[in-house]
Amino acid sequence: MITFILNNKTITTPENSGMTLLDFVRYQQRLTGTKIGCREGDCGACTVLVGTLENDRINYQSITSCISPLGNAHGKHIVTVEGTNLKDKLTTAQEAMKANYATQCGFCTPGFVVALTGFALSNSEYNYNNALDAISGNICRCTGYKAIEKAAHQVVEKLEHQKQNSINWLVENDFIPAYFESIPKRLKDIEIADLNQPKGKYVSGGTDLYVQQADHLADNDVHLIAEKDYLKGIKIENGICTIGTNATVSDLWNHTELNTFFPNLKKHLKLVSSEQIRNMASLGGNLVNASPIGDMTIFFLALNSDITIINEKHKERTIALKNFFQDYKTYDLKDGELLKAISFKLPTVHSFFNFEKVCKRTHLDIASVNSALSINVENGTITEANVSIGGVAAIPKYLHDTSAFLVGKTLNSETILEANEILQNEISPISDVRGTSDYKRLLGRQLFFAHFTALFPKQFTLNDFVQHA
Amino acid sequence: MHKNKTNNELNTKLDAVSKSLKRSIKNLDSYTHVRGESLYVDDVNIRQGTFHAVVFDSPKAHGKIKHINYSKAEALEGVERIFTYKDIPGQNEIGGIIADEPLFAEEDVHFWGMPIALIVAKTEFIARKARGLIDIEIEDLPVITTAKEAKAKGSFINAPRSFSLGDSEKAFTNCDYIFEGETFSNGQEHLYIEAQGAYAEPMENGNIKITSSTQGPTAVQKTVARVLGVAMHKIEVDVTRLGGGFGGKEDQATPWAVMAALATYHLNQSVKLILNRHDDLRMTGKRHPYESSYKIGLSKDLKILAYEAEFLQNSGAAADLSPAIAERTLFHATNSYFVPNVTTKVLSCKTNLPPNTAFRGFGGPQGMFVIESAIAKAANEIGVHPRAIQEANLLDENDTFSYGQIAKKVEAKNSWNSAKSIYDLDALEQEVKDFNSNNSSFKKGIALMPICFGISFTNTPMNHARALVHIYLDGSVGISTAAVEMGQGVNTKMMQIAADVFSIPIEKIKIETTNTTRVANTSPSAASSTADLNGKATLMACNALVERLKLVASEDLNTSEKDITFKDEVVYINDKKTDLTWTELISKAMLKRVALTENAHYATPEIHFDKTKEKGHPFAYHVYGTAITTVTVDCTRGTYEFDSVKIVHDYGKSMSEGIDLGQVEGALAQGIGWMTMEEIAYNDEGRLLSNALSTYKIPDIFSVPKDVEVIPVETQGHELAILKSKAVGEPPLMYGIGAYFAIQNAIKAFNPNYDLKFHAPMTPEKVLMSLYESQKK
Repeated sequence: MITFILNNKTITTPENSGMTLLDFVRYQQRLTGTKIGCREGDCGACTVLVGTLENDRINYQSITSCISPLGNAHGKHIVTVEGTNLKDKLTTAQEAMKANYATQCGFCTPGFVVALTGFALSNSEYNYNNALDAISGNICRCTGYKAIEKAAHQVVEKLEHQKQNSINWLVENDFIPAYFESIPKRLKDIEIADLNQPKGKYVSGGTDLYVQQADHLADNDVHLIAEKDYLKGIKIENGICTIGTNATVSDLWNHTELNTFFPNLKKHLKLVSSEQIRNMASLGGNLVNASPIGDMTIFFLALNSDITIINEKHKERTIALKNFFQDYKTYDLKDGELLKAISFKLPTVHSFFNFEKVCKRTHLDIASVNSALSINVENGTITEANVSIGGVAAIPKYLHDTSAFLVGKTLNSETILEANEILQNEISPISDVRGTSDYKRLLGRQLFFAHFTALFPKQFTLNDFVQHA
Repeated sequence: MHKNKTNNELNTKLDAVSKSLKRSIKNLDSYTHVRGESLYVDDVNIRQGTFHAVVFDSPKAHGKIKHINYSKAEALEGVERIFTYKDIPGQNEIGGIIADEPLFAEEDVHFWGMPIALIVAKTEFIARKARGLIDIEIEDLPVITTAKEAKAKGSFINAPRSFSLGDSEKAFTNCDYIFEGETFSNGQEHLYIEAQGAYAEPMENGNIKITSSTQGPTAVQKTVARVLGVAMHKIEVDVTRLGGGFGGKEDQATPWAVMAALATYHLNQSVKLILNRHDDLRMTGKRHPYESSYKIGLSKDLKILAYEAEFLQNSGAAADLSPAIAERTLFHATNSYFVPNVTTKVLSCKTNLPPNTAFRGFGGPQGMFVIESAIAKAANEIGVHPRAIQEANLLDENDTFSYGQIAKKVEAKNSWNSAKSIYDLDALEQEVKDFNSNNSSFKKGIALMPICFGISFTNTPMNHARALVHIYLDGSVGISTAAVEMGQGVNTKMMQIAADVFSIPIEKIKIETTNTTRVANTSPSAASSTADLNGKATLMACNALVERLKLVASEDLNTSEKDITFKDEVVYINDKKTDLTWTELISKAMLKRVALTENAHYATPEIHFDKTKEKGHPFAYHVYGTAITTVTVDCTRGTYEFDSVKIVHDYGKSMSEGIDLGQVEGALAQGIGWMTMEEIAYNDEGRLLSNALSTYKIPDIFSVPKDVEVIPVETQGHELAILKSKAVGEPPLMYGIGAYFAIQNAIKAFNPNYDLKFHAPMTPEKVLMSLYESQKK
């Protein structure tokens, strides 16, 4: 039985844990404020909040319920728009949407309201940019967003003077109903039985699997692993960072130390899907989805990461991520094996890291080409280099030759131009809905140059690499 | 909106806008919208025993059906029945303008996604599973995906249409400059966030009630009756609201409602059919792609003396609304310019794409893109700024449109000049110049886009509406009209009109669902004219009731009815308050057996159009405006961000500033989307490649212009607009066309070798390729 608190009500259900949370709240619980827009996490109309008990507090995150398995709600507090409603008056987020004309047809509106409420409940700093990130996964076709921006401003203004979220303060200021105060205790009191996972497809966050095979997963056994402790956590020891494969993109985003090592981490991760998806998407899932264009895969390839694989007998083996991928969607993983952790060397004072991604729409889109570079430069000489690129081959590509070429060279425009020649020989883009092969080739070159103009702006400008400018 | 430090005129105007927004009425549905309590078709409580349906559609774009085997699907537990064309008791025909579109394919399929059968089961999940068990064999026939190919093969929907003014052929001989070229604008997916859907319920005596997410309840009713072979009065269509329409639910909401009704007819049970997003994208038509060619002739002083254009409209596999859309392309082919000699021609080309359909602008944007392209090309060749040509040719009072209508109350120059002065165009252009000379890896571009859009259905007989207004015993009011609420705020406007005429608070007024039993024989909510037509009808009904009530009051108060007014729920005599309240007055009227219901009919006066001559006066009025778009292109990555769009818009006298601004901002974003990132892709076999939200991208919150400023043009408005508040739904979409040309100007600033192209949308791919193209062709 799956047990959780849905809004203000404790639910116990024998439903298949593989059905989507969306179908459960909408059609079984008749909470019709959660809308269906796309069923693939690309519109945010089905946004709900997931509250997880952590040390007597509830950590709330927004997710798109259409690509989340019901079983992942087990032991959580799930909040739909109905669960944010106050009796006979609007909440602060709702009032902001109304007062600023931020709702027209109304169909996407509950998703925005839930996401903005999630922002108020979150651990993010209360500022306008973070508020926009909170609604980055919500698509509106009517307003053109300017009115929604004003609503977000209004919400931020109300929150600004609050340093940290306090449920009590949020209740007093009409952000959420009073029952939220009772949730930590109620969640603690719930008997969380082991779901007694059946055999079946491994599912962590589910963000890729549910886009591809929601019907199949709803109809069959699934093996939910998102709550497995041995797959969790981010550890930093002796200059090595080890990340459990269940860690989400948001876990990286929120990790203070990692943000120190990678000062542009948030800027990079902002290019990866939307906040709702980042809150669910596991890093391991991104690797085994094996998309040639997987953002996090490209990211970790350039960090020259190792991955630890564990089998059913808990035996472990470690291989280099760059050797993991074999051909289109095939990789070195046997039946019963799971990715356990990703580890990589942390940057030093001499090393630099950059991630680039271009798609039709800058945010919440799949790349035409993405690329990452980590590079060590000492006294003008490149001592180590790892370049990865996606969207230009059958697998997410570690550029062996280009990387090797760079090592030992002087960091100057000739080196980079020559390296590009090698890069062009290493890639083999095809034409598809994300662009023609000519475009991807050109874009590959440009993003390679962009790494250097971004990392060494004093040394390089676009002019050093191309003619027209 | 950000304040400009030095521009006082602008600041004053922006302050006025922001004050009006504080005062202005909020969308009446806001309260339930933000609480998730508004009901859309999939939210309506369904009856016990309701079946769910899924459409089985063609996996080929063109071919002969050799064989279909439904047996495995039918055998699946929970499947109730599968319906095909053989189960249709009436006509297998849903074409609105031309009878050329079957509900279900019979022997042939004409597009990928064409409905073949309806699977009805206990749950949608089971129906979808059953769909996977159907075997079909189709013998391939040649597939046409482009309009040019269709033209070459002589594949057309109907006869071409042509408008002409003056003598373009002769005028070209007097031109100092003549340029020719070709343009392409791609289709556009509506992407209403609520997908298509309907719910049908059996009533007594074989009557059927349908809840539909449609812009055209009467179209649904008429088509259901035709397919079922029953009288229209047996079919009741009810619409609460739409989760977005944008034209996509004007004609193409119909098939799903008809299918649900057909199943209900046979099963005598309720049936719900809601398309999932992939099905919706694959099975429904979009904005028409256009392949066009133009020839433009100018004098030395940049006057456009002659303009010729041929528009190839990719209509898809059936007529749908294509002929009407083609017509509007001709109406707007010269945008807001006066051209004395014009010849335009449009061909609706029959291809094997899903029938393309209405989309905000209705062919107008496609026409305007071509003349803007012609102007950009001419400017580039002559070596002047495009705006010099635009400015030299703006419409004047009493100029003649190519369709014979004389331009009246023209705001073209007014909006253009206001935009230039209020926003200080010279300074904006200088900023762009300075930026470009100081930056090598980023370039800015700026473009102006004037618009002129005619308001009315161009098919004159459609310009009518009715309103049914009840005053109940307790003084509360219920209003039914033909208007469908889809986010445009039309219900709020109806309520404002009644509240104003009766002088009662809005809480006392309810706008009812749109229902064919209460308001019959309606035109769809489309052509931007829903508020005008239904608003005028509402106004007439309310006024008639007020006249009646004045008579009651005058008898009661022993005075002349001429002296009676209503204010804040109280009767006044010569502006002096009496003791008689609105509620008491209604009670008295009841006792006197006075009718408290009024049904008013409005038909737009003055308009007419003769299709045999292609001349007339089709529009009640025109809407004008000018937008200045500034963009920054990242010349390393080929991506772009819009710094600002600064607009002077002709609202007339806006009756709901907040709602109207929302229409401008929303249409602008959609127009920019059409011109930039929204890229429909079919392969050569006619399969939709941009078949999900992961491959078809519409603007998100980060991609819309950082700054959007909209100032109303100073004007007196137009009497044929409701309360002089002009139609606002479609016109602002065309401001988005400026985005294309702004990007192009930025590319030119980076790459002097760039050869102008007119191939929308301007995706990051096209931008990057253009930035680095080296050869002039």
